[in-house]
This record gives sequence, C-alpha cells and structure tokens, in this order.
Amino acid sequence: MNRALFYRRLPSPLHAARAGVGALWAAALGAAALLLYHPLALLALGLALLGAGVAAGVGHELRRTLRTALMVVLPIVVINVLVARDGLTVFARLGDLGPFGQGNLTVEALVYGVVIALKVTVLILVTTLASLTVDPDELLALLRRLAFRSALTASLATRMVPVLAADSQRLAEAQRTRPEGPARGARGRVALFAAVLGGSLDRAMDVAATLELRGFAAATDSRGQGGGRGLGRGGQGLGRSGRRGGRRGRVRRPARPWSRHDLAFAASAVAVFALALAGRLSGVASFDAYPQLHMPLDVGTLVLCLALPLAVLLPMCDRRGIEP
Amino acid sequence: MSVLSFEEVNYSYPSTQTLALEGVSLEIEPGELCLLAGLSGHGKSTLLRAACGLAPHFHGGHFAGRVRICGLDTREHGPSHLGGAVGVLLQDPETQLVMNSVRAELALALESRGHSPAEVARGVEEVALALGVDHLLDRSTHELSGGEKQRVALGAALAGKPKLVLLDEPTSQLDPVAADELIGLLWRLNQEWETTIVLSEHRLERCLAVADRVIALHGGRVAHDGSPSAFLEWSASHAPALQTPGAKLFSLAGLSPPPVGVKQARATLRSHGLLPPEPEPGQAADTPTHLPVRSRRRRRSPAVAQALQMRGVWHELRHGPAILRGVDLTLAPGESVALMGRNGAGKSTLLRHAAGLLEPTRGGVQWGGRVALLLQNPGDYFLHEHVRDELSATALERAGLTPMAERNPRDLSGGERQRLALAIVTGDGEPPAVVALDEPTRGMDREAKATLAAELRRRAKQGQAVLVATHDPEFACACAERVVLLADGRVIADGPAAELLAGGWYFATETARILGGAGGALGPEQGAALLSGTERSMPKVPAGVSG
Repeated sequence: MNRALFYRRLPSPLHAARAGVGALWAAALGAAALLLYHPLALLALGLALLGAGVAAGVGHELRRTLRTALMVVLPIVVINVLVARDGLTVFARLGDLGPFGQGNLTVEALVYGVVIALKVTVLILVTTLASLTVDPDELLALLRRLAFRSALTASLATRMVPVLAADSQRLAEAQRTRPEGPARGARGRVALFAAVLGGSLDRAMDVAATLELRGFAAATDSRGQGGGRGLGRGGQGLGRSGRRGGRRGRVRRPARPWSRHDLAFAASAVAVFALALAGRLSGVASFDAYPQLHMPLDVGTLVLCLALPLAVLLPMCDRRGIEP
Repeated sequence: MSVLSFEEVNYSYPSTQTLALEGVSLEIEPGELCLLAGLSGHGKSTLLRAACGLAPHFHGGHFAGRVRICGLDTREHGPSHLGGAVGVLLQDPETQLVMNSVRAELALALESRGHSPAEVARGVEEVALALGVDHLLDRSTHELSGGEKQRVALGAALAGKPKLVLLDEPTSQLDPVAADELIGLLWRLNQEWETTIVLSEHRLERCLAVADRVIALHGGRVAHDGSPSAFLEWSASHAPALQTPGAKLFSLAGLSPPPVGVKQARATLRSHGLLPPEPEPGQAADTPTHLPVRSRRRRRSPAVAQALQMRGVWHELRHGPAILRGVDLTLAPGESVALMGRNGAGKSTLLRHAAGLLEPTRGGVQWGGRVALLLQNPGDYFLHEHVRDELSATALERAGLTPMAERNPRDLSGGERQRLALAIVTGDGEPPAVVALDEPTRGMDREAKATLAAELRRRAKQGQAVLVATHDPEFACACAERVVLLADGRVIADGPAAELLAGGWYFATETARILGGAGGALGPEQGAALLSGTERSMPKVPAGVSG
C-alpha cells in the first residue's frame, strides 16, 4: 500500500474546490462514463481525466492506477471475446468446443469487450482521482449532520488504512533485518501474520483510548439535540460544557462563500452530465455492438468528443487562489 | 477546590495481583505545573490513566479509593464525559491522530461534545493559533513530522480548553529542538491560561526548570512530593537514577544546592567563582585527554579495513525530495558513532542504507561484514509468544535473558524488549561487523539507557563498529566517541563527541551547557573533575562550596 494514493492537499484548482463540489464533479464524470458507450467518447473522457490528474498534481498516481486498471480490464476483453456469440463478423474460428458450441471469435464481441473495459477504466480513474483530490474529512463532515457516529467511523477507517499499511511495511522491514532473513514457510508466515494482527490490535486499542478521551462515547450529532449525554451530571468543567451546548442555537457560523473553483467545478459537473445525457438521449455518439458494429463518426459525435474534455479541463485552467 | 485529587487510590490491571498504584493520595491545585518522575514500570503512566478515567473505565482492573477531577468522581464519570475538564496527550502521536486532516483532528473533540459549528470553527482557529499550527490546518495528518504530530495531538487535547492537561512522556519521540519547543509551549499555556499541567517525563533536566512541583513514584507509591529543588536533594540520597546530569555534577563536585536548570547552575558556579572560562568564539572546545583519538587516526588511514564505508550516498525519492545528499561516512572496526540531527534530517534513511535495506540512487556502500540493524520499534521483531522461541538458548544466555525465557516478549519492560530485539538482530552466529540502532532510547529511563550504553561499549570493545541514531545527547555521550550531525540529508559536522556535544545549545549535554563547553566535558564525572581542577586553580575557595 502506498501512502501516495491518499488525499493530500496540493495546490490545484480541484483541491481548492470544496469537497462536496469535488465529489459532485467526480460523480458527474462517473455518470458520464456509465451513460456513454461510444468508444471515442469514452476515450475522450479517459484522456480528459488523465489531463485533469496532471493539472491536479496527481498525474503520476493516475498513470500508475491506469497500469493496474489495464491489468484488471484485459480479462474482461478476453472473456467477452470468448463467450459472446452475438456478433456476425468472425475473425477467428476455434472449431467445435463441445457443450460450448462453435468457438467463433467476432469483431463485435472484441469491440464490445473493449468498450466495457474502457468504461471500467474510466470509473477506476474517476474513483482514484476523487480519493486523491477530495478531502474525505470535509466530505464526511457533511455526512456527520446526518449520522455523526457512522461518519466518524468511516473517517477513522480511511485514516487507519495508511497507518496500518505503514505498520505492516515497518514489520516486514524489521523481519528483513534478522540475520536469518524474513520468516519462511507456512509456520513462519503464520507467525508473521499473527504479529501483524497483534500489532494492529494494539494500535486499535490505543486509537480506541484516544477516541474515548475525545468524547466519542458521549458524541452527539452537531446539530445537537442532546448537548452530550452525561454532561449535565454536574461538576465545574463539564457543567460549563453543558451550558455551551445549550446556547448552540444563538451562534451561527457564516455560510462559507463559494469560491471561483467551487463555481467552476459545479458548472463543469453540470456540463459533463448534461453533455453525456444529451448524447445518450439524442442518439449522438450512439453505439451498438451487436449484431454488427454501429459506431458513427459524424459531426455530432466529434463535437461531443471535443466538448467533454473541454468541460472537464476548463476549470483546471484557473490557477488563482489554489495554494492551501 | 483542587483540580485533581487522589484519595488512597489502589489500582491493579486485569489478570494481575500486583498493585500498579498503591495508597496514592495527592492534590493538585489550579495552575500548577507538576512533573511526574520515576523509573519505568513504577506507576507514572498508570497514575495519568487513573487521572483521566481510562483506569478503570477503559483498562478494567481493580480500583479502590477516589480520583476527582474538578470535583467529578472518575468512578461515576468515564473518560468521554471527563473530556471537557481534562485533556490528555500520550506518548505516541501516531495513535492519537485519528482524522485525516489537522482541522478535522482539532474539531473532533468539540464536535463529539455537541458544540455548534460556529463554536467548533472558533475553537479550532484559537487552539491552532495558540499552538502555532495554523499553517498546518489543511494538511493531511499522515504528512506531518513527529514534532508537528505531537503539537497537533496537544492541540486536540486542548481544543475544549480543559482545566487540566495530562501528558505522558510527550517528548520521547521528538528531537531536542522540537522537545524544547513543546516544553516552552506547555509553560506558556500554564502561565497564560492557568492550565494545570501534569507531565510525566524521563529526561527531567528538560522540564525541571519550568515545574512548580515534582512527584516521584516508586513501586506505585508516592515516594516524594515537593519542589524541584527538594526533589533533587531527595533524589541524590534516595533515587540516584532520577538525578539530572546537572544535579549529579553538583553532587560529585560537592556543590549545593543542586540546580534545577542550566541558568541556576551557572549562576551558582559564577557566584562561587567556579565557572570555567568559555572557549573563544571560533575556537573549538579543548579535546580532553580522557577521550580516545583513534577514530580520527583510523579514518585517515586507508590501510585499515573499514567496517562500513559510504561514499557520496544519495537517496532521492521519485517525484519527491532528496532524503540523503551525498553522504560520506566511514566506520572503523570498534568505533562508536552517534548520528544526530532533527527529525527528518535523514538519520533513519542513512541507517537503512548502511544495512543494505535501501539502494542508493547515487553513490555506494561497502561493508566489512554483516550489519545488524535494530529499528525504532523493538516490538516489530517479536513473532512468538515466548521469549525462548525468539532466540536460541545460547543467545538468550549471552543476552542475560534466560530468566525471562517463559515470558511473552510484549510483556517485557522497555529496556528488556530492546535487549531482546538487539540479541535477535545480532544473532548467535558470527558477530556482526556493524551494530546500527535507530533511536533505541525512546521511552527508556536512565537506568535502562545506562545498561544499553554499557552493552554498546562492550560490543565496540570487541571490535564491532557501533552506529546509533539518537536525539539524546546524554546517551550519545555515554556510548559514542564520535558524533555525526546530519541536516537536510547532509553531514554538516563530523568529529569527536567532546567537540560536537560540548559547544552547542540543542545538541549538547546538560553538563556541557552548564560549563559552556569548557574542557570538552560532557558527563557529570568529567565536569566534576574539571570543576575540581578549576577549584584548585582558584586563589580562594568560597566557604560552603565543597562538602
């Protein structure tokens, strides 16, 4: 597990946008990938995503994810070619495969496999980009208004993943420094696994103690209908906290003003979704694989394939006020 | 009303009959800065856990007596409910940061207690400004340095403006600069906000000067409770292992009263006309005659086979900074070297290159034999449930761990765990050419440090080169004859310990700071010898100085 695959606040327009807008933008890109089937449109979306990754300072991480994604999607193409029987353009005959019938490999099955692989790749890239650029704490803070404890637990889990990854890396490194080298064989691996598990449990206990001290057991949702269980039981310090809880309605936090980046990415999200939806409903960039390929390259398709990357990348051009 | 009171508290952890706290009674008044002293395993951490309700609510066990925080009985109120009155900072900042960003971390305690969004925002802003972490607010918590993490964890503990702050060895993982900053910060909080602070610490010399009171624990009982001066007087006769180097220096030199800090020590020496003249600016401290000079000779002689030779080693991260920048380092057999520098200076990376765990991106490393590297967490080496399964009987015997053979390695004390881990990495075959240790004294008391230093000296005497990365100048002086100072991945100073640890502010022993680096004296014994020489050369010794 690499620490580089987790959110870091970098100087980029996407990082500067509020988490809710960033998540909305990523969701719009994901929805576009699901709505569109034309390979060129999906390719344009994928390239736009890579460009957005570079502009957000996470291009290296996205390229690495792309390599992994290609390994994941390659079997999709192969399996589709082998199992799909709906295409008409045969490019290879494998003969009689017994209960599976004739092993005819078709161009349509191949292209459809590629389209599905492209869709999956774009979705993987969108998810990676979102996890690298959208602040999970800010996002979960939005959810906390609905369910404080669940959101906090989710937040804790996202924080603990890199910590536990670092723990296991440290333990493996320690084992490499033993004169006899790391533990080998089934017994050695079981011992190592037990040590990793033991270490994780120790850490979990420490984290649980910290949460206890931060008032997790007394946690209430921040809209606050309770003021904290047990706070009113008396005593100097806590009694004051209880009173503070009771004053909550009077103090208002001023609404956070929408920055240029919030507005730009919100507009981009709307544009991307609208383009994809319009493309799908109007039949522009339509695509049918079976029984024969229907993949027009008309003006409408080309316009859509140009408009999509533009809508994705334009908000990245405004570099004002992006420093953390 | 006292902020914290213990009334005849007895406490034992689950599945053990031994009392971790026994008959503890004490009262801490508002605004006191109180220091907890004691060897490892004598009840300091347990007392802090009881003072915030973790014992018994979280840890379980048998609890008798009463602990009251701002009038609230911990038997009726758990740690979550006491959190508005008490803030806690534990030893390991890594386990105390539970959110992804600093802002979310500081907000967590306030949100948990049901404060309104506006109050949370204001509280976060204020505590960030007070602790000087406002520039970190939007940073991810796993990107922070050790010192920054500890500061943020302190901020999280202080966010609700608690009346009482409990700190368990908060400086043990910090470099001297960050540790001094943290102590200064605590002092400021105490002075400006009247926050009551209870601080457990092994390196008392760091914080004795700012403390109002010292409580010494022994076997879970309060062995002494008084002012810092009274504690130093008491420790000289009752607990020499708790003496600060300055107090030991004065004790050996026959001076009194024992100093609580460098300032007082120098004032006392000055008033008695014993303050040795400081080296002129630009002039190095004298190399004392008691220190061996063989390291220099060996480094100059190419004929001697080196235990380790690093030539122009670079470690450059892909898409990241250079961690090491052309480091040259040579270790002769039997030479002991302390590697010092701030957190993030590159010490741990250098040790990993020395042990061959990392490949230099430029430069090269040559080894004269095997390098045994002991990393920071000794617990990472333990794979079995019994000490006897970790090592052969011969190796256990050699490490003096045979009596612990049936125990679980994780139940050993800090010093014993370190000894076991060292025995594991050195193995029971051919001794290694180099023994490298990364911050081996974290959380160790003086006794355990002295034992480890003696073990390292023994290995050096046997011809093994010793390379220790440490933040502790006292330990460096006890185990190394040469010090290499790293900064920003470069070696910025390399020389005899007497030169490097005598003349500095941060990377200097307390004795050296008291004596202003005079004579290259680093330890209390050398300092006392120097003072007695000064005393003899004085035309007139003031009455009452010696004896």
